[in-house]
Amino acid sequence: MAVKKEEIQKKVIDIVVERMEVTRDRVTPETRLIEDLGADSLDIAELVMEFEEAFDISIPDDEEGVRSVGDAVDFIVKQLEEAGE
Amino acid sequence: MLRDGALAGKWALVTGAARGIGRRIAEVLAARGAGIVVADVMDEAESTAAEIGNEYGVNVLGYKVNVTDGEAVKGLFDELKGKCDGGVDILVNNAGITRDNLLIRMDETDWDAVLGVNLKGAYLCTRQAVRPMIKKRSGRIVNIASIIGMMGNAGQANYAASKGGLIAFSKSVAKEVGPRGVNVNAVAPGYIRTAMTDALSEEVREQMLLLVPVGRFGEVDDVAGAVSFLCGPESSYITGQVIRVCGGMLM
Repeated sequence: MAVKKEEIQKKVIDIVVERMEVTRDRVTPETRLIEDLGADSLDIAELVMEFEEAFDISIPDDEEGVRSVGDAVDFIVKQLEEAGE
Repeated sequence: MLRDGALAGKWALVTGAARGIGRRIAEVLAARGAGIVVADVMDEAESTAAEIGNEYGVNVLGYKVNVTDGEAVKGLFDELKGKCDGGVDILVNNAGITRDNLLIRMDETDWDAVLGVNLKGAYLCTRQAVRPMIKKRSGRIVNIASIIGMMGNAGQANYAASKGGLIAFSKSVAKEVGPRGVNVNAVAPGYIRTAMTDALSEEVREQMLLLVPVGRFGEVDDVAGAVSFLCGPESSYITGQVIRVCGGMLM
């Protein structure tokens, strides 16, 4: 079953909007969590926790390269595809 | 005992609550209206929970669990997410043991056992409990330490290290989760009257009491009262602190 990227992106943005308490127009795939939204380490840990619960995946602590919302979506899509194989 | 209903709608998990101080802590929180989860390595976990439910008319759950077993602890807290409105609101890390001996006679198993239950157990439970608390933007964690963890005690190097560690752990976690509405504090009892102190000779007890300005051993209720305070709305601006319940033995 193909993972629907748009759905995942919407859900990720929902979570980011709620957790970072920002308006939806400020969150696009290009939005960087730390630089643009001012996320600190606890915010990141909390977002990871929410993603894990929302998508039932496990995101390793040392996962690097996830800086933007789009990076997070890509990572989750990859995880779900690997899990589905 | 306060029966103000201030904890109505909350769930409190107390480790080591099958008997002794832990059980009394669970009762005091139940009296204020909290649902209670009794977690204990002893078989009585479930029966104690049922007794508290009958006596105080609150929802209760009882689980036999070893707090040093990371998988078991995770399993318990996963289950509680469904049963306790997303997760417990209050965690009291009370489970503790002693294996006293002079350092030169203290072997590795005595060290590991005490550090395992008293410190690692608190870490494992707190790590699981804190996630839903962060999510709810609300939570209280109380760690039962000891003034021995602050002043040391000959023959208790392992116990003192575990309790001192628990205090430092409390402060660190308090700093991490303070911005998310979760308060973390420690209670440090001194000499509390228990079956153990009752069994001491009159002479030994008198010697011990010379160190206690108020001139008596503490009661289990003295400890439970401090925990109740740290779990209630009256202490919302208190975090990272150690409340000493020791009759002035350490000032």
